[in-house]
Amino acid sequence: MNIIRYILRRMVLSAFVVVGVTFLVFTVAQVVPSDPAALYAGPRPSAEQIAKARVELNLDAPLPTRFLTFASAMATGDFGVSYKSRRLILEDLKAYLPATLELAVFSTAIALLFGVPLGVMAAARQGRWFDRLASLSAIASVAMPTFFLAMLLQLIFSQWLGVMPLSGRTSREVGITDPVAQVTGFLLIDSLLAGRPAAFGNAMLHLILPALTLASYPAGVAMRLTRSAMIEILQRRHITAARALGLSQRRILFGHALPNAMGPALTVIGLSFAFALTGAVLVEIIFAWPGLGRYVSEAILAKDFPVIAAVTMVVTICYVVMNLIIDVAQALVDPRVALT
Amino acid sequence: MPLLEIRGLSITIPTPKGDVRAVRAVDLSVERGEIHGVIGESGSGKTITGTAMLGLLPQGTKVEAERFHFDGEDLRQSADRLRGNRIGLISQDPAAALNPVLRIWRQMDDVLRLHRKAPRAERWAEAVALLASIGLNDPEKVLRSYPHELSGGMLQRVVIAQALATGADFLIADEPTTALDVAVAMQVLELLRQLVATRGLTVLLITHDMDVIAEVCDRVTVLYHGRSLENGPAEQVLQRPEHPYTRALLAALPDAAPRGERLATVEGLFIDPETGALLQGDQP
Repeated sequence: MNIIRYILRRMVLSAFVVVGVTFLVFTVAQVVPSDPAALYAGPRPSAEQIAKARVELNLDAPLPTRFLTFASAMATGDFGVSYKSRRLILEDLKAYLPATLELAVFSTAIALLFGVPLGVMAAARQGRWFDRLASLSAIASVAMPTFFLAMLLQLIFSQWLGVMPLSGRTSREVGITDPVAQVTGFLLIDSLLAGRPAAFGNAMLHLILPALTLASYPAGVAMRLTRSAMIEILQRRHITAARALGLSQRRILFGHALPNAMGPALTVIGLSFAFALTGAVLVEIIFAWPGLGRYVSEAILAKDFPVIAAVTMVVTICYVVMNLIIDVAQALVDPRVALT
Repeated sequence: MPLLEIRGLSITIPTPKGDVRAVRAVDLSVERGEIHGVIGESGSGKTITGTAMLGLLPQGTKVEAERFHFDGEDLRQSADRLRGNRIGLISQDPAAALNPVLRIWRQMDDVLRLHRKAPRAERWAEAVALLASIGLNDPEKVLRSYPHELSGGMLQRVVIAQALATGADFLIADEPTTALDVAVAMQVLELLRQLVATRGLTVLLITHDMDVIAEVCDRVTVLYHGRSLENGPAEQVLQRPEHPYTRALLAALPDAAPRGERLATVEGLFIDPETGALLQGDQP
């Protein structure tokens, strides 16, 4: 079975990536010109306090020992305590990571659902008005600055039309007064598990505007890539052969040409998913979304190194897993991929 | 009445650099149940004539003809309906003619579903029977394979099976053996001849290969620069060609050349730009 061997090989490579990033994160922590003991000891620490923190953090042990301690802590999910808030980082991640993942998955799905079919249809009508309009929209959605689009959507949908909430992950009535029991951390899933359709609808409404904002860029890129890949594929002889067999235009476009053209779109979707994990800081701030991007950007400003390290590791793992999924998807769509 | 009747066909393709007249004056008449060869060098308009019969030319292409009829119907109006129902295509390179990312079953079933509303198991049985009937061993395994897992000869049989599944009685075979090695090519030609005999098919065989014509064709039409120059029974055209171009073409076969001498080429012929006639001599 080629495909199973292929997946196993990918998984081994992914493991190497994770180990490499662990090493990198550790190295950076040593090189950065700030004393973790001083930061850990709190504001305006005395010399004894710093010395005590140094012992507590085990900073005097030799580097290899400390790397092993660090790596095994990362592997077991023991991310330590934030220097700044003194909270357990693992607890923070349990709150922030699902919020960000929910947004990233949802916006990636939107990007796929809009970008790919539009690219297919534009390619089928190459050079005509539909193609021109779709291509222009794609350029616009790529070029539009995120913060501007976010505010534009807020202005139109919550200010003028009043059909969408302005910001937040839920309304106050759901979020504070009557919170949904947290099982997975994904509000959409948890509210369904709790059998509360109203809370589900509320969470969904809150999700739409930030997800649309975040989907804008990848949707535009996916559209352009799908379009150009489709134009190339539609010239191929097997498409002419399919037409000669009398297959319908729809069947040819989506059943025969699209599977050949999915590669580039899948790649860009994988990359934009990774970007959505931490690069969505602006979107998270504008929509008051309690996500990872905001969490880590605050940590960076406070030189809160354990948080930065934890988020880096978590994002790396998410990214590696996403890439693995994309690779497997590529191999499932095109079995020849697994042969190389 | 011939099954396919083409008189005075001309095809003009618009390009950014101006119109290209790919076909100027083609006459072609194919009787039911024959294998009719169309022979010519690259650019003679043979493939584009076939594409026009399927109605698959690029948009904006002008197709003009005195007669362009298949079984009494004008192909300019009805090609879209006849294609995939009565007219099928077997194209040059079977590896390129099949979708690389879909299993053979999907590609067979796409055709079967169009024509019969039968449950999946029945369609599967039908596909198996069809593949077996054209000489594929282990058809179930073939159906479960992707194109890159099969050989060229097997793929060409699959392509032929697809065309048969449409129920077509007229096949346009565009260089069906060019991409295959000689032994497999002969098998495929033999299969075509069998199908003509057993299923009453009619085949238009487009080729540049004199051996293919000699092997299977009943009649043959010679194309050159978008014109049909000569037609007749294959034997007659090959043995006693009337047109100087056909003579030159036959003389250019490597087999015909005496040992130790340079190979002959088709020279000393040109098209008169005014009248369109083919003249002998050097281009003025």
